[in-house]
Amino acid sequence: MVNLKINNIPISVEEGTTILDAAKRLNFRIPTLCNHPDLSVAGNCRVCVVEVKGARLLSASCATPVSEGMEVFTNSEKVRIARKHVVELLLSEHNSDCTKCFKNGHCELQELASEYRIGDHVFLDLVKAKDKIQDISSPSIVKDNSKCIRCQRCVRTCAELQAVSALAVVHKGNHQSISTFLNKPMNDVVCTNCGQCINRCPTGALTERNYIEEVWNAIYDPRKFVVVQTAPATRVALGEDLEVETGTRVTGKMVSALKKMGFNKVLDTDFTADLTIMEEGTELLTRLKKAIVDKDETVKLPMMTSCSPGWIKFQEHMFPELLDNLSSCKSPQQMFGALAKTYYADKINIKAENMIVVSIMPCTAKKFECNRPEMRDSGFKDVDYVLTTRELAMMVKQAGIDFDKLEDDNYDSILGESTGAAVIFGATGGVMEAALRTAYEIVTGHEVPFTNLNIKPVRGIEGVKEASIKIKNTVPAWNFLEGVELNVAVAHGLANAKKLMEAIKRGEANYHFIEIMGCPGGCIGGGGQPIPTSPEIRRKRTEAIYAEDMGKSLRKSHENPEVTEVYTDYLGTPLGHKSHELLHTHYKVRKRY
Amino acid sequence: MEQLQLKKVDIIFGWDEKVTPIDVYDKTIKKSADSIILDMIDSGLKGRGGAGFPTGLKWKFTRNEDSDAKYVICNADEGEPGTFKDREILDRVPEKVFTGMAICAYVIGAREGYIYVRGEYNFLLKSLQKKVDLFNQQLAERKSDFTIYLRSGSGAYVCGEESALFESMEGKRGEPRNKPPYPTVSGYNGKPTVINNVETLVYTCEICRMGSEKFKSFGTFDSRGSKVFSVSGDTPTPGIYELELGMPLKDFVEEFADGDAKAVQIGGASGHCVPRKKFNETIIGFEGIPTGGSMMIFNSTRSMYNVLHDYLEFFTEESCGQCTPCRVGCQQLLKGIEAVKKGEKSPTYLEDLKKLTLTMKIAAKCGLGQSVANPFISIVDNFKEEIIY
Ligand code: SF4
Ligand code: SF4
Ligand code: SF4
Ligand code: SF4
Repeated sequence: MVNLKINNIPISVEEGTTILDAAKRLNFRIPTLCNHPDLSVAGNCRVCVVEVKGARLLSASCATPVSEGMEVFTNSEKVRIARKHVVELLLSEHNSDCTKCFKNGHCELQELASEYRIGDHVFLDLVKAKDKIQDISSPSIVKDNSKCIRCQRCVRTCAELQAVSALAVVHKGNHQSISTFLNKPMNDVVCTNCGQCINRCPTGALTERNYIEEVWNAIYDPRKFVVVQTAPATRVALGEDLEVETGTRVTGKMVSALKKMGFNKVLDTDFTADLTIMEEGTELLTRLKKAIVDKDETVKLPMMTSCSPGWIKFQEHMFPELLDNLSSCKSPQQMFGALAKTYYADKINIKAENMIVVSIMPCTAKKFECNRPEMRDSGFKDVDYVLTTRELAMMVKQAGIDFDKLEDDNYDSILGESTGAAVIFGATGGVMEAALRTAYEIVTGHEVPFTNLNIKPVRGIEGVKEASIKIKNTVPAWNFLEGVELNVAVAHGLANAKKLMEAIKRGEANYHFIEIMGCPGGCIGGGGQPIPTSPEIRRKRTEAIYAEDMGKSLRKSHENPEVTEVYTDYLGTPLGHKSHELLHTHYKVRKRY
Repeated sequence: MEQLQLKKVDIIFGWDEKVTPIDVYDKTIKKSADSIILDMIDSGLKGRGGAGFPTGLKWKFTRNEDSDAKYVICNADEGEPGTFKDREILDRVPEKVFTGMAICAYVIGAREGYIYVRGEYNFLLKSLQKKVDLFNQQLAERKSDFTIYLRSGSGAYVCGEESALFESMEGKRGEPRNKPPYPTVSGYNGKPTVINNVETLVYTCEICRMGSEKFKSFGTFDSRGSKVFSVSGDTPTPGIYELELGMPLKDFVEEFADGDAKAVQIGGASGHCVPRKKFNETIIGFEGIPTGGSMMIFNSTRSMYNVLHDYLEFFTEESCGQCTPCRVGCQQLLKGIEAVKKGEKSPTYLEDLKKLTLTMKIAAKCGLGQSVANPFISIVDNFKEEIIY
């Protein structure tokens, strides 16, 4: 233990603790900008400087470990002046038109500026005209250099959590900036559109492309029938942007708000999550049969999940040689769009060309996904607009809805029913768990051998998780799987995915099935979720997801009655002709540079 | 305080043909590592890069670290405007530098040493490599497991900062690291590292040759030994001179200036500007104004506004840009004096800018940003009229 004093109050903390954390324990808040709980320490913004008695220099409290006998002052005259200078300098390099900024009201820089009451520009304006041109090349990410404070959080996110390094620091001094390879537009580089950088950017320099106006226009257009689908992970996070406590399930309120906003039908992506399990589970079993019974060596195992569009693009860039291992299933969002504009349009007697499908997603990469040229199997763009959880929150506010006071409402039918298995798609390991609940039962006729269906080994925050399930007492059709040890792995965050892919390439991984989610924590930590994010916040959302699962009467995808109905009515069988046409897709090799 | 007179000496370049550098090595490693450290500490040698950390202590701290690998790095990233002495040393007496490194390696237990040569000196590399090869061979013949390698920098001023230099050597962006940890604990590749500049290493070799007593007899109590100076600016005799430390600036000006000097910039762009009225009271050495070796003389034909402007342009470009006080501060200072000059800001704005440099001095992450206050305040205070009008 190390003994020190902070603002004259003695405290003892473990060796290696930073001054910042030690101060936090005494409830002294030291402002930070470049620091983030998910990232390595940079110590470059200098907002968190403190005075250490006897030292010539101020110390960056985020980057300085405590030492014995240290006397720290977090708010001395020198500190105040320096901190104010730092904020003034940042603002002088910053295009502060807050009223137009998507980050207005959620911005760490704005908060600091207001805390220190930095009024008229103290220093000269240094914003360069060329930086004021936003990069809107990507359907997912908007980059606005004039709002960048060069904290490098995005750079660390992209490299450390995502192993992509689409963003990098370039040049030095007054020319230093955050840029892409050869300063190419965001849409032309390896960026996976995961949006993790957005979640960690303290300002409005990185935001999602927002489609709020387009969606309002569709709602107001009397000729359009506007259908909205909501992803599993939005219901446990939306509240955070609407004054509800983190980790609260707001499913019913969300549905209610969407109806009040004027969407014609409020449906659930969870429905197609269940459908995905049917298709993907069958695909896995088919591959296993071909590999084990038919000894077909062209069959690619392990099979990898394909619901996370950031992960898909990552693989297309970084591991194109493994593309055949990807499940051919479209993501639940795209399955939904394809079914909505065919089967559903028919059912409710609406012309597909008059239907607008909007998705509410925790994900920014979904905006890219819905614009992929192959996603038009209904004959139209299957999904028209994707809104992030954050955009929905903003629309709820614009609509003047007092969210907290809303009564719960239910999803419309059909394409509105879902099971607990679909809900857990929102957390890392969820797709795996849902798939196992169904596949195991198909193969053996009885439930997975875990208490309450909760497959604990694939849950949790570990970067890469593994499990093995021995298949016993198979039904006759699947008896070639008798005694087979099914090896599965789960990874979340692309840096972890990369580790897994490299192990596979080296031939060191003997898995049958792998679930990969592009974002840390899975969709609950998606790039479109409310900001801020931290391990603690993601933990609370995850708990809410599993609570929602436990609260459902149906918890296995194959028990979803509407899913059964859609097969009987329309699709035939999983992997059948119609499903193939509407619910499956293919991938494309992309260059790294 | 002792007052020395300006005294030229010729320790580094004066060759005593009878004793070659490798002889010094042979003689020195007969002693124990601890006694070499004691000699270094006793000699009072402080780093010649400008910061002035006692060399013996640096070696001692690194020796005391427990690690599977340790490194000796020679910092030849001489980038301070007006400094060109390390180039001369590497050109004329590189073996003395190698010897200093090899002795250091013996003391701390390093197997690898690197000379990080600034990109602009790449023309030296070819001949230097030949000499390094020869020296490595001599070491090998002596059953030493220490080898010296050359590394070329990419031409960023900030890479002269120790931790930025390590980052650069590791193939990363040249940005200074947070301290602590210091290089003696975690330097190149995260291992304990002694990093000394070219001139310091030469003096370690000389101390081993002549003994610490002899070395101590040069200079003053606070500033032991001699030092190599790059003299430039308004002088009839620009060049490299080895002078005893602790001399009054007055003597220096008498010796080197053209009779019309109005200011001397000591220590390059990041150093202090001393005006004529302070020549008498200023001592060059650790008790006065320490310097990395650059001495720029300005006579009355010079505009000190232009001088400061040039320095600020230099810093504005050479800042690595990672920390706010330096990246934005430098730009504000530059634009600020331009605005004052043009009358767009009132002269009192200079006071705001001075306060800003005080923040830069204590809040910037590395020496680059911290030192901009030196030229700024010393020029603005002493030549205010030239800045305003
Ligand atoms: S980034 Fe923050 S401070 Fe800047 S304009 Fe947007 S809201 Fe305002
Ligand atoms: S969206 Fe993801 S991949 Fe793209 S730059 Fe941001 S963190 Fe990197
Ligand atoms: S884009 Fe955002 S996260 Fe990245 S450096 Fe700029 S302000 Fe920081
Ligand atoms: S002071 Fe300047 S050079 Fe040093 S770390 Fe900060 S920005 Fe980089």
